[in-house]
Amino acid sequence: MNNFFIILLHTYMSKLKTKSFLVTTILTVAIMLALTNMTNIIDFFNKGGGADKIAVIDGTGKLYEPLKEQIKIINKELILEKYDGNEAAARKDVAEGKYKGLLELKWNGDNLPAASYKAMSIADSAVPADLQAALQQMKTAMASTQINIAPEQLEKLYAPVEFEKSALEKDAKTEEELNQARGLVYVLLFIIYFAVIMYANMIAMEVATEKSSRVMEIMISSVSPIKQMFAKILGIGLLSLTQLAALLLVGYFSIKQNLETMQGGFFEFFGFGNIAGSTIAYAVIFFLLGYFLYATMAAFLGSLVSRIEDVQQMITPMTLLVVAGFMMAMFGLNQPEAPFVKYTSFIPFFSPMLMFLRVGMLNIPFWEVALSIGILVATIAFLAVFGARVYRGGVLMYGKSNSFKDIKKALQLSKKG
Amino acid sequence: MVLELDQVTKRFGSFTAVNQLSLTIPEKEMFGFLGANGAGKTTTFRMILGLLDASEGKISWDGKPINYKTSSMIGYLPEERGLYPKLKVREQIVYLARLRGMQKQAALKELDYWLNRFKVKEYADKKIEELSKGNQQKIQFIAAVIHKPKLLILDEPFSGLDPVNVEQLKEAVVELKNTGTTIVFASHRMEHVEEMCELICIMHKGSPVVHGSLKEIKRSFGKKNLVIHADFDTTFLMEYPGVTRAKVTAEGIHLQITSEQAAQDILKDIVGKGFIRKFVLEEPSLNDIFIEKVGASYE
Repeated sequence: MNNFFIILLHTYMSKLKTKSFLVTTILTVAIMLALTNMTNIIDFFNKGGGADKIAVIDGTGKLYEPLKEQIKIINKELILEKYDGNEAAARKDVAEGKYKGLLELKWNGDNLPAASYKAMSIADSAVPADLQAALQQMKTAMASTQINIAPEQLEKLYAPVEFEKSALEKDAKTEEELNQARGLVYVLLFIIYFAVIMYANMIAMEVATEKSSRVMEIMISSVSPIKQMFAKILGIGLLSLTQLAALLLVGYFSIKQNLETMQGGFFEFFGFGNIAGSTIAYAVIFFLLGYFLYATMAAFLGSLVSRIEDVQQMITPMTLLVVAGFMMAMFGLNQPEAPFVKYTSFIPFFSPMLMFLRVGMLNIPFWEVALSIGILVATIAFLAVFGARVYRGGVLMYGKSNSFKDIKKALQLSKKG
Repeated sequence: MVLELDQVTKRFGSFTAVNQLSLTIPEKEMFGFLGANGAGKTTTFRMILGLLDASEGKISWDGKPINYKTSSMIGYLPEERGLYPKLKVREQIVYLARLRGMQKQAALKELDYWLNRFKVKEYADKKIEELSKGNQQKIQFIAAVIHKPKLLILDEPFSGLDPVNVEQLKEAVVELKNTGTTIVFASHRMEHVEEMCELICIMHKGSPVVHGSLKEIKRSFGKKNLVIHADFDTTFLMEYPGVTRAKVTAEGIHLQITSEQAAQDILKDIVGKGFIRKFVLEEPSLNDIFIEKVGASYE
């Protein structure tokens, strides 16, 4: 087998087996599962309490039945039960936990429904709110009958105003789509951000470990440093794809499984209901490009230090670039059309996040995406050539100083002649 | 399969690390490469291995340049020792051996042989960081020779080892030489080089100051050592004609003289002055030559 693949596989396999990799993968997959099963989890905990039973003392004798019908529509989990006893006995039953609460119905001065609700705690506002809403509807209907308003008239009165928003740009995302895209882009941006920082760090550490343990001297006498550098970058890239694939697969199937429970609320907010395939594809593309950009930088920065303790210091400026890109992207989530988002999305160090943000949320012309990717690829190519030269000299340098002056020194070492 | 360095110069900026070095190392020879720290040994090795490009001159092996295509025929034990601390000995050696073009099975078999030979069989499944420094060094030696290189470069192979382990490794090196490996051997320990190498080169500040066969060098050095242990005061010999250096010891005096004639003159002079327990004329040691040529006190 070719030396390149031996190193690639060795890097991949030895990292795959490390505890830290297994733990982070299992943890992220667990979080993914928890998120996608949120509805089931909430249901599970609710099941223990069962449906809420409310004792009703109907002082009017007329309101109980219609209210029960009304509540059925609003909240199936809420069960009303007519209570045949006085208020004190009902209170006692509530205290003993037989009922969630006690509802007393009576007429007010205008012959309209009025009620009082008593429960051990009114911290849970959902139940009284549902009861109140049901009663409100009954009251509205009764009051309108009292003042002779026909149901059609009532409907007219309460019908919402027609208000339509539409974007003039062709194919522009609707408000709803934009919100959904925002959630998905938000989550994917996080993944890109963490993955790029984590794996670029891993590369720098890997190189510095080889150097500080001095095994580098043997390595470079058998395989060219440039081959080593790219085998490592690809090996760890493969590792990151493995983790990403595990995450996406588990996420995809879990979401599919839970699709019907996902209507509304949480999932809709994050836009997971109808994931756009192209957004995921762009996420993978921009993640890979971002990874290669920063991994190449991390590799040659890592080759300049002699001790592992110095790695963090060396790659801090690089990490700050990633953080800056991420901050801008977070701001851009709310204003994807802001001019600065547009311009920075062509700067290679930021484009993996900012161009992804734009392509995920807006309908931008394809040439812009292509241009951004082109600039990115060109920068990666330049960094790879430049980085390889620094790496070649850097791995031979030992000493306590580790500043950016060392880049010059490393280039001098690797110079022909 | 001659290793040839032809007028090799390496400059780092304005600093010349190696200056006009020409060496011919014949096949199946053990070549001793000496020099104080910073004399340019490691730089020379790195150029031989192709890790650094020479500023001027040419390095060839068997008429061809050494590069990564020939790496399966070359073994290297760097001065700064190091292996992957977290890897097990077996994984480590197999990985490094495969990078030198060996098949996995062959590497495992060869590893077994070497571990047995160095009596460290029980370490095969231990992590490097769990081993003592001496044992790590044995493992690293195995890593340098497992693929049966034709050209082996050993930079300070015995530093930090106890005498028993030094003997074990020395035997292995001699055996490799006898089976046809060309060995370039750098050391500060003159007695090791003296014992094992027929050809040597002493580097000083990047330039070769002595170069050739050890016997020849000793002969042409001209000076000899005279050791005298006597009961009477011998310090007057320090000023004696033909004496170039002198050192008074507890039991007598050590002299460096320019010729055998001087020894004979001294003997004539001191006979009758008292009891002489020892009077020995010795060949110069490599240590003497090194000190003389490099001018720095060493060992």
